[in-house]
Amino acid sequence: MLRLEKRPNPSKLWLYGTPVMAVILTMIVGGMLFATMGKDPFEVIRTIFWDPLFGEFAFYLRGQLLVKAGPLILIAIGLALGFRAGIWNIGAEGQYIMGAICGAAVGLAVYPTESRWIYPAMVIAGAFGGWAWAMIPAILKTRFHTNEILVSLMLVYVAQTILAKASTGFLKNPEGMGFPGSRNFSSYPAAANPELIAGSGIHWGVVTALAVAGVAWVLLSRHIIGFQIRLSGQAPRAARFHGVNPSKLVVLCMGLSGALAGLAGLFEVTGPAGQITIDFNVGYGFTAIIVAFLGRLNPIGIVFAGVLMALTYVGGEMASTNLGLPSATIQVFQGMLLFFLLGVDVLTNYRIRTFMGGK
Amino acid sequence: MDFGGINPAILIASLMAASVPILLAALGELVVEKAGVLNLGVEGMMIMGAIVGFMVTIQTGSPFLGFVGGAIGGAGLSLIFAFLTQVLLANQVATGLALTLFGLGLSALLGQGYNGLKPAATGAVPLGPLADIPFFGRVLFSHDWVVYFSVFMTGVIWYVLKSTRLGLILRAVGESHEAAHALGYKVNRIRLGAIAFGGAMAGMGGAYVSLVRVPQWVDGITAGAGWIALAIVVFASWKPWRALIGAYLFGGITVLQLNLQAAGSSIPVEYLSMSPYLITIVVLVIMSSGRGKAALNAPAALGQNFHASR
Amino acid sequence: MLRRTLLASAALGLGLTLSGGAAMAAGMDKVKACFVYVGPIGDGGWTFQHHDGALQVQAAYGDKVELQWQESVPEGADAERVLTQMALGGCNIIFTTSFGYMDATNAVAAKFPDVKFEHATGFKRDQPNVSTYNARFYEGRAVQGTIAGRMTKSNKIGYIGSFPIPEVVMGINSYYLHAKKVNPAVELSVVWAYTWFDPAKEADAAKALIDQGVDVIAAHTDSTAPLAEAAKTNGAVIGFGQASDMVEYKDGPRVSSIIDNWGPYYVKRVGALLDGTYEQADAWEGIAGGEVLIGEITAAVPAEVKAEAEALRDAIAAGTYHPFTGPINKQDGSAWLAEGATAPDGDLLGMNFFVEGITGDIPQ
Repeated sequence: MLRLEKRPNPSKLWLYGTPVMAVILTMIVGGMLFATMGKDPFEVIRTIFWDPLFGEFAFYLRGQLLVKAGPLILIAIGLALGFRAGIWNIGAEGQYIMGAICGAAVGLAVYPTESRWIYPAMVIAGAFGGWAWAMIPAILKTRFHTNEILVSLMLVYVAQTILAKASTGFLKNPEGMGFPGSRNFSSYPAAANPELIAGSGIHWGVVTALAVAGVAWVLLSRHIIGFQIRLSGQAPRAARFHGVNPSKLVVLCMGLSGALAGLAGLFEVTGPAGQITIDFNVGYGFTAIIVAFLGRLNPIGIVFAGVLMALTYVGGEMASTNLGLPSATIQVFQGMLLFFLLGVDVLTNYRIRTFMGGK
Repeated sequence: MDFGGINPAILIASLMAASVPILLAALGELVVEKAGVLNLGVEGMMIMGAIVGFMVTIQTGSPFLGFVGGAIGGAGLSLIFAFLTQVLLANQVATGLALTLFGLGLSALLGQGYNGLKPAATGAVPLGPLADIPFFGRVLFSHDWVVYFSVFMTGVIWYVLKSTRLGLILRAVGESHEAAHALGYKVNRIRLGAIAFGGAMAGMGGAYVSLVRVPQWVDGITAGAGWIALAIVVFASWKPWRALIGAYLFGGITVLQLNLQAAGSSIPVEYLSMSPYLITIVVLVIMSSGRGKAALNAPAALGQNFHASR
Repeated sequence: MLRRTLLASAALGLGLTLSGGAAMAAGMDKVKACFVYVGPIGDGGWTFQHHDGALQVQAAYGDKVELQWQESVPEGADAERVLTQMALGGCNIIFTTSFGYMDATNAVAAKFPDVKFEHATGFKRDQPNVSTYNARFYEGRAVQGTIAGRMTKSNKIGYIGSFPIPEVVMGINSYYLHAKKVNPAVELSVVWAYTWFDPAKEADAAKALIDQGVDVIAAHTDSTAPLAEAAKTNGAVIGFGQASDMVEYKDGPRVSSIIDNWGPYYVKRVGALLDGTYEQADAWEGIAGGEVLIGEITAAVPAEVKAEAEALRDAIAAGTYHPFTGPINKQDGSAWLAEGATAPDGDLLGMNFFVEGITGDIPQ
């Protein structure tokens, strides 16, 4: 019989060892899956994990990893703060959309004025849009004890309808011949978020994501607010004795995660995506929840988790295009990787003991 | 009897059928959450139920076996979640989300070759003269068996949770796993059972989409119904009959807004199409502020893993 | 600043050499044709039909073409990455099969002048190597409208719209005009589903229309759910296949269909690349070009109605009839097309108004 026994302290070795082990396990099981589909497993796995980083076109794809990881990291860090405090904002997707709409609206309202103040104003508007959208569940929770999971999730669908209205109505490109979608920011330099170094993929969103990761790490590990957040999550009653005001914490955490999601939306819509369209959101708000947990709710861990997630998207896409794998296979593979990453983490906090006989 | 060109009997009959998938899935998830487990993979389990149920019906020609297959498909997928969270103690939120991703992919993979087929029909239960009663005949006695089954299951789950030993144990596990463990209950095994039950219910809900509502298989057929089911559980503050009300309310407003459009209502379409979500929020706010306690009805140990240290 | 420009041109240069394109004018021995899809091939509608077109290319040229495709590519940044990857990977011609890829297509095309890009349903051709193509689906809607006007017993016909965009508005107008022409008493109900693909919601929308007494339903969303819903009425309600033929409902409510048939265009364009006659194009073919096929009109439709519908189809194919021929007024009563005038393509592509007689507003 095997039995789990709790370690007195999390194992440092396994903390770093488990992700590697999970990736290897995924390669083995995923390889078997690919083999049953009649593909060379080694080739597929090389395409997913190796080629985007070191393959022939890595010079382009490395940058794209950052483009993909940037918004995931930015949103996930905000969510992680809330999750640590036991505040469940699962509507980041809606806050992301609203941030994008608000920020874009500011830029489009002053089109075609050229001023270097436009973009900063848009950034503020984007953060505000996400913040305001997150304030709805936050205030309903503190004022009426309404569950924030339901409200934030429902507001995603409301935001999607507003997005459809924005792109077919109030933000529609007047020169777009009646087609849905806003003006493209790439042709409006004052409001655009271009690559900072050509070919690197780095734009303001990526820079912000990394900066926020650093700040969040300091906040969580050094600052009194970080202590309050951690305490509220682990021991809500003790937190109250320490003078933590739960309502303030809800407003703070929801607001922060909303503002960061809104920022991510703004950077995405003015940069890589380029314009507001009906389907502009691609689920970053939901994927970021997974990224937050993969990163163990730790800002530095989240950076790595975001890049790994981006790698499976970019590499998976290459495997699908170049080797003719259905994209469903890639989804299954991603799911497996997540299962293994989450599953083997048990070794960090527990050790496996064999024992004989009954209890 | 018409309101704004909309016949209430037809509307109610429509919403009862439209709500079945989210009701079944929400009931299953309700039991899971009562046992203290938060499985966000409802969408993934639903779509697995949808494809497995569809495959079984195509192969056997029997919609009933299809529903059984759907339940097995959903339960089968949920066992991955159960293993990860109950044995390996993985984080429930993240595992549930990964389950959705995995389920969407796996269903699309299994479904290759099943596009464009038509499953055997699930007809209305013949209730003879009852169906001819004015108004009530249309509302109550013109449905297929799954509609009745979903209402029946609401009652069963309500009864079991409230008045049986099994329900008591389940609730105890969800409120305080430490205490339940101290009383000698096998916390993880009980939760495993609850998870499998939740998966089976979600799977049947999914099968209803692919066998009755749409009847066909296309990738991504459940189109987010699982998320709504999750929201309904919270909306219901973990009470089965309220889940039924929540599902009917949500389904009802969805059907109503489309009916209003079809009847040429002058309310702008975009407000109509966001109304199901907004009204759900408003109703929940009223409920939670009125009693002050409704939102606090969540199982105390929800989302926390349990490891027996002794 | 200088450094940035240098790097940019270096990247561009690299792109040029890697794109592997020799001068096209001389024709090519082998073409790598690539396709970017917005949904899964298994959607049974839009993407399924594009993929069918891709397979027709393979069938036509065999070893001389190599196919590559990517399913479920979100519009925006992801599309740009996939396109760049394909161009780097040696694709000679890339078909981007959704309107939302428009800006990404033009942006990537600028970096890879030797790769040909073909964008479906858009209007931007900023680069000499970008062509656009679309199909005149409204021609098919005219045929459907004729059938609908003749077949309805309740004089109420319905249309499930996806999003309020010109493409859909055009279809609604054409459908209504031709139903009205053969049946002046006809009324049209439009339901906006705000989705391209959500089978359950589409079924609900169809049900709502049926509950309102509508007995002919046309859908501009991609699944067969509306037909399945109509099938439950045991023949009281009929509908049409959309995007694909939806033959599985032939013995039920499906009386005809509009089939998106991209194959002929794909075969033509890849062929032109092979023999060196390729030129930038703005293609908008309809029934005449074989891009819009009218699926078999079933026996549920009386012979004289069938004949009328087929005559209309043939007149459109022959070019002797345009579905938007004046006099046509806009919904507010103002004149749009004078007697005998036909709609200019520009008006159609940007269409954002209903024609006279349709009730309800287009959400703006």
